[in-house]
Amino acid sequence: MYEKDGEKYFVVDSHSHFWDASRENWKPGAEQYAKGWIDCFYGYHQLGPPETHWDYEHYLKVSPEDFERDMFTEGHVDYAIFQSTYLKEWYTEGFNTADKNASLLNEKFGDRLIVNGRFDPREGDDGLKQLEADVAKYHHKGVKLYTAEWNGDSRGYKLSDPECYRFLQAAQDLGIKNIHVHKGPTIWPLDKDAFDVADVDHAATDFQGLNFIVEHVGLPRIEDFCFMAVQEPNVYAGLSVVIGGLMHARPKFFAKVIGELMFWVGEDKMLFGGDYNIWTPKWQVEGFVDWQMPDDDQFTDYAKLTTATKKKILGLNAAKLYDIPVPAELQLPTTAGEDEAPGQELVDNTAGAQA
Amino acid sequence: MNLRPAVWAALGTVLDPELDEPITDLDFVESCTVSADGVATVGLRLPTFFCAPNFSFLMVADAYDAVSAVPGVTRADVTLADHSASAEINGGVAAQAGFVKSFEGSDQGQAVDELDELRKQFFRKAALAGQDRVARPLVDAGVGPDELADTTLGQVPPSAELDRMRTRRAVLGLPHDDDAPLLIDAEGKAIPPAAVPLHLRRARLQRVGIETNGAYCKDLLKTRYPREVQAAH
Repeated sequence: MYEKDGEKYFVVDSHSHFWDASRENWKPGAEQYAKGWIDCFYGYHQLGPPETHWDYEHYLKVSPEDFERDMFTEGHVDYAIFQSTYLKEWYTEGFNTADKNASLLNEKFGDRLIVNGRFDPREGDDGLKQLEADVAKYHHKGVKLYTAEWNGDSRGYKLSDPECYRFLQAAQDLGIKNIHVHKGPTIWPLDKDAFDVADVDHAATDFQGLNFIVEHVGLPRIEDFCFMAVQEPNVYAGLSVVIGGLMHARPKFFAKVIGELMFWVGEDKMLFGGDYNIWTPKWQVEGFVDWQMPDDDQFTDYAKLTTATKKKILGLNAAKLYDIPVPAELQLPTTAGEDEAPGQELVDNTAGAQA
Repeated sequence: MNLRPAVWAALGTVLDPELDEPITDLDFVESCTVSADGVATVGLRLPTFFCAPNFSFLMVADAYDAVSAVPGVTRADVTLADHSASAEINGGVAAQAGFVKSFEGSDQGQAVDELDELRKQFFRKAALAGQDRVARPLVDAGVGPDELADTTLGQVPPSAELDRMRTRRAVLGLPHDDDAPLLIDAEGKAIPPAAVPLHLRRARLQRVGIETNGAYCKDLLKTRYPREVQAAH
């Protein structure tokens, strides 16, 4: 919990990792991809405030003690949701597997960690069996899908693939509620836009019982994401990368992106994700609580953020999606996780929005 | 004769299709030299190892075409460094093989079509963002939805942004001459007054999306090539 000016914020970090990008884990023959991947992350890391930068070696692999200190002791996080990213074509033991994340489920902080699983529709019946086994073992309430992941000869898949629908149905039947989607740049076929979120649109329409959290708000296709989220009440904006990558480095763009999300998606559907260990959560939580939409003319028709807005975004929305117990004095009503009609006034072009 | 300024100017016509900005402004041109016998050697670089291969290919291929067309250039040697698909892209562009053939048999993925439609898709985004760039000063000056719906391109004060939007529309076959409406939908139809406020919201969101991507790309390029970028300024 974070307290500032007499207000208490219940913090759920909905997008965190505990990865192993150490050189020993770079798969022989695929070293350039393993290095390219973590170097790309390290580029993002440096978009945070200089005093939070780590050296490269530390960045490759942190210890359980580092994680616990950065997240819980210093980072104000009440609950953290682990998103796994396997990338076994590049990392021998996987980049950030559910098993590795679950190794932190110790006596000290274990009850504050939620380990999400994954599936890959290209793994067929074996993959379905694995999903069942993972759910039995970890009681997953969510999965993270990285649609650009390499698998054998394949360079990616879409949520709307028939095979993926089998997995989404199975996930729903197994009690999984939340599908975190992460788009990436390498997908088949290469001549199409790999960041297109149209497949999420289809899946969200056909699986009303699931929540779809699009990580980093569909970046670099924020507009496609927003146009889609307006029509799909079960689609959410994961703020991973948005706060970490823009709040410090590009404050004006941060204001515009938050302003647009508040208008198109709304404060009940935005989820804080600190993206550990791309960045630590401390400066993001503190900075976001202190942050306000600037008064300059160019921001005048964007909504100001209330304390309630920040409380919902920082934790209460995610707590609702994941049934996380929130102390009574920290609760606020939010429509997150509830069945709603789509934003029809925006779909029909009849919203009273002012130019 | 020093051909380098002409080659540099040619590179300035090459756009990052996603960001709609020239690669020279984005610092994507790492090196550019022209030998005495007219061989232009251009090195390109991008913000990450995994920048999308299709857009990367377009930039290298467009740079090759632009530089080759400069009078006096006898050969263009354009290469992309430090990218997951450098080998495919550089080899394919040098052989003028096209996108599909360049990635044939590659472990980076396969392409089934050339990139014209992809390029158009991003021109459509740029043309929508352009409506915000051109209309926003009018909105700020108090022009209301009824008047905006009636405004034509010929009535808008001349600006670089207006020219840029006209060019994008022309490529797409959308209305772009003086009597074309300032505000149009994806099919080129005028926006009725009642729909103007939300249309402008959409146009602004599109602009915020593109420009935010540009901010990320520039920042990531600086972290990837810190000294080189500083030296270039």
